[in-house]
Amino acid sequence: MIDLGLIRDVLSWAAFLTGGAFVLTGSIGMVRFPDFFTRMHAAGVTDTAGAELILIGMALQAPNWITVVKLGFVGAFLFFTSPVATHAIAHAAWVVGLKPMLGPELEREDAE
Amino acid sequence: MFGAATAAIVIAMALALIRACAGPSLYDRVLAGNSFGTKTVLLLGSMGFLSGRPDFLDIALLYALINFVGTIAILKFFRYRTFAVSMDGAAAVKPVFGEGDRQ
Amino acid sequence: MQRIIILGFALAALWLLLSGYFDEPLLLGFGAASVILCVWLAHRAGMLDPEGAPGGVFLGIFGYLLWLVIEIGKANLAVARQALAVEPKLSPKMIRVPAKQTTGVGRVIFANSITLTPGTVSVDLGDDSVLVHALTQDLADEAALADMGDRVVKIERRPV
Repeated sequence: MIDLGLIRDVLSWAAFLTGGAFVLTGSIGMVRFPDFFTRMHAAGVTDTAGAELILIGMALQAPNWITVVKLGFVGAFLFFTSPVATHAIAHAAWVVGLKPMLGPELEREDAE
Repeated sequence: MFGAATAAIVIAMALALIRACAGPSLYDRVLAGNSFGTKTVLLLGSMGFLSGRPDFLDIALLYALINFVGTIAILKFFRYRTFAVSMDGAAAVKPVFGEGDRQ
Repeated sequence: MQRIIILGFALAALWLLLSGYFDEPLLLGFGAASVILCVWLAHRAGMLDPEGAPGGVFLGIFGYLLWLVIEIGKANLAVARQALAVEPKLSPKMIRVPAKQTTGVGRVIFANSITLTPGTVSVDLGDDSVLVHALTQDLADEAALADMGDRVVKIERRPV
């Protein structure tokens, strides 16, 4: 007899650990990367993989279905708004004239 | 289990705060603030589970909404230095450069 | 009229799911009142146009989302490896990707998909192209991005 509760616990442990690792990785990247445009990519790791995996882990532990639905709303909302927010920040920086570092040497030059 | 996730999120939030303080440009700070908000949503959720009150998810949902609108509002403010811009005439308004914007 | 009914039902479902009250007449009455108020405001603000409520996209979007989630997973691993590497091998690059979508909704889906995939961020939207900032040489894969654009073209239909 397979214990369903155990499987659920193992799955949500896995989701929490990988999700937490992605959240941490994104933040580490955000501190380490050299310029604004590269940091933006690191923030994307937190917003997609990290957030969604942690929400999946919570959904597996949810006490009732309404909690699952709410977690689904939070996840869907983050999924649809985080790219819009990231694009808005990137576009604002681009319009103002912030120059990205380009190439393997990370030279800051006029792109186009 | 939720403790592990909460610890990871809190450390990540501290790192985001470091980036928000270090800057150097305005957009780094806005990005860090937005990322901090996303992590706050996750923290609210996991704290709710940790304390056995999943009702916290309502607050998390609301925070996700406010975080998004707040980020857009901050960007709009720093671009036009006012909130009262009609979007039809947005292209006619020249962006305002602030200190540190070009770093 | 069709859109008003759909929006009304969607808002009612949202209210019921978020509140969790199913058998208290007073609260249900308040919920119904707020739904009607929201629909009226949306109608008055003119938001019930094809852009505000795109119906045609929904047919093919689920298969696309599934494909996108897998792509996001792969890209996440690539970016995470760079973030944790002792010496990150970054070579940021700006590339222009053609955007062949005809509808506004299709363009938004395409640009959002690019941004949602870590390692590529859409920086600027041109008339028929998207300016993309990519983190490394491998992630700046124009063929893969063009393939994503083609998939979006496939799912976008004429608005209902």
